[in-house]
Amino acid sequence: MIVAERKPFEEIYAHAQKHKKILLMGCGTCVTVCMAGGEKEVGILASQIRLAARERGDDITIEEHTITRQCDDEFFDEATARKVAEADAVISMGCGVGVQFCAERFPDAVVYPALNTKFYGATIEAGVWSERCAGCGECIVDQFGGICPIARCSKSLLNGPCGGSSDGKCEVDPDNIECAWQLIYDRMEKLGRLEELEDSKPLKDWAKHRDGGPRKVTREDVQL
Amino acid sequence: MDNDPNIIAFCCHYCAFTAADLAGTMRQQYPTNIRIVRVPCSGKVDVNMILQAFVEGADGVMVGACEPGGCHFIQGNLRAKKRVDYAKELLKEVGVNPDRLEMYYIAASQGPLFAQTSREFTERIKQLNAGQVETDVVPQEAVGEPA
Amino acid sequence: MSEAIAVTELTPKSDSRLERILNAGHFAVTGELGPPKSADVEIIKTKAGYLKGAVDAVNITDNQTAIVRMSSIAAGLLAMKEGLEPVIQITCRDRNRLAIQADVLGAYALGVRNILCLTGDHQCFGNHPTSKNVFDMDSIQLVAMLKQMRDDKTFACGDAIRNTKKQPVVEPRIFIGAAANPFGDPFAFRVMRLAKKAKAGADFIQTQCIYDMDRFKQWMEQVRNKGLHERVYILAGITPLKSVRMAEYMRDNVAGLTVPDPLIERLKNAEDPKEEGQKIAIEQIHEIKEVPGVSGVHIMAIEAEKTVAGLVEKAGLLPRPE
Repeated sequence: MIVAERKPFEEIYAHAQKHKKILLMGCGTCVTVCMAGGEKEVGILASQIRLAARERGDDITIEEHTITRQCDDEFFDEATARKVAEADAVISMGCGVGVQFCAERFPDAVVYPALNTKFYGATIEAGVWSERCAGCGECIVDQFGGICPIARCSKSLLNGPCGGSSDGKCEVDPDNIECAWQLIYDRMEKLGRLEELEDSKPLKDWAKHRDGGPRKVTREDVQL
Repeated sequence: MDNDPNIIAFCCHYCAFTAADLAGTMRQQYPTNIRIVRVPCSGKVDVNMILQAFVEGADGVMVGACEPGGCHFIQGNLRAKKRVDYAKELLKEVGVNPDRLEMYYIAASQGPLFAQTSREFTERIKQLNAGQVETDVVPQEAVGEPA
Repeated sequence: MSEAIAVTELTPKSDSRLERILNAGHFAVTGELGPPKSADVEIIKTKAGYLKGAVDAVNITDNQTAIVRMSSIAAGLLAMKEGLEPVIQITCRDRNRLAIQADVLGAYALGVRNILCLTGDHQCFGNHPTSKNVFDMDSIQLVAMLKQMRDDKTFACGDAIRNTKKQPVVEPRIFIGAAANPFGDPFAFRVMRLAKKAKAGADFIQTQCIYDMDRFKQWMEQVRNKGLHERVYILAGITPLKSVRMAEYMRDNVAGLTVPDPLIERLKNAEDPKEEGQKIAIEQIHEIKEVPGVSGVHIMAIEAEKTVAGLVEKAGLLPRPE
């Protein structure tokens, strides 16, 4: 899923302060799973804004509203549209996609992001989410025993490791980053496929990644 | 200005609430400022429950839980502790003194401890309301030490 | 002095003096020059002055440790003006394949003949940690790309290296180098990586600085078992220690580097640790010369270029061949 983190409170409050009636919109999918912008987090942020407003003497009303997903038009239903119209501003707790989609859908609304979107990742354990995919557009994880060197190697090396691999850790952040190439090596060894790493992987086609420009996927068979 | 704080005490049914009951039976006095909310386990208390109590006018919030190892639901109290710590950070972010929130371990048989803790916490909140303290007011030798 | 094992193919691939010396079977000596963190030409002249005549070629680092310095090619040209043969270093961190190929054409046109291919330290270690990194390729792909330019005479995209169909092919004939770390993790990968670099087209290898001679010799044994010493020239890295603090720092902070306790003890007990460090380095060079499969030594005297000439002399390696 997309993993995001809530922005520092002051950054969000600085936006909230400029308005009287705020719609705080949560998203029920990715950011609920990574506990950044779901219904619960909307409730917490709303309480915080109310407390801060009281402490600072600001007059701010918050309406809380969470929809299934902010990246699909069908969930911006009439009730939601009404709430957006009635508010002075929307603070979206969706990921970067959700905030933008919300703004696109309601071009007359003022929409602020409440989250910093970080990466595509998975839940490692309760409370820990880790990056796994870089959206490079050409998945070849099978060549590396199921471990992606583009997303998980700090330098995205296809023929790693580099000299900064030590004790299975990446020198960029040894406390938090495992050396992807140590993981790849260990996995390929377990699978008995180590010799596949002896051939150099060729240069990557980055045009399939964001480097080729913003991307679009179309399925004509389902277009109305 | 009268300094009569509203204090919400989330007390778990198996320990803290039972202790509160016992305090009553033993005629142990504790301030009427304390409004007890019984929960099945301190682990039922989530972060927004605490924040909303403050939003709705509480001057202080206590969470009463079983001692570590004694939770009827095994780990509920440990989870509650983490959430209380997190809620303190959130309160700090908005300018509310985190000492207005506290978690206490109070076993079912500790009626007097419940009363004493309530008295001390009420006193703390009164002092915070009166602007008399900067940081931690809980005396170190208090029996009802925060978790 | 042990004979350097000559590679089977002795037809020079470039006009490189370093290649010529290695092909002739001499024990080569290379040094290192860090360009200034400014546009100061005098600094290069001074450092070049120290190294002239003491080394066969000198590495010019490329934004080492991700700290901005004068570019390797520019500093290399200035070094050439002072009579040194440079080994330009290119990392994958700052440039994409277009920039690198363009730089290689330019460097060659200006007389550069040796290029060392490196992955590059992550920018988080340097003075511009918020920059975007490139890593369009890794060091092995870089070696392969340079080899393709030189031997296939094509760019990475396959186009011939000629300006128009009517104009001649003028490819950069570069002596291609890569780095190796005999002590890096994962352990069993070390020799495999060297093999990959050799296969990709590396002509010479410079290793990280060595203090643990035994482990280095173990690595060389594995290298020889795979016949890699006959496919690439291996130059062993030496960095003279200057103080106990430096030795401890390297032991504790440089990934994969071990500094054996006896060396640290020697420095502790020495009256002049700097002098003792030099002595240790000289002994190491003598020891390295006896290791079969090693074709030379790469002296990285960080901010101590002044000491290199004396070191090379005391190691019995002067005068350098023409």
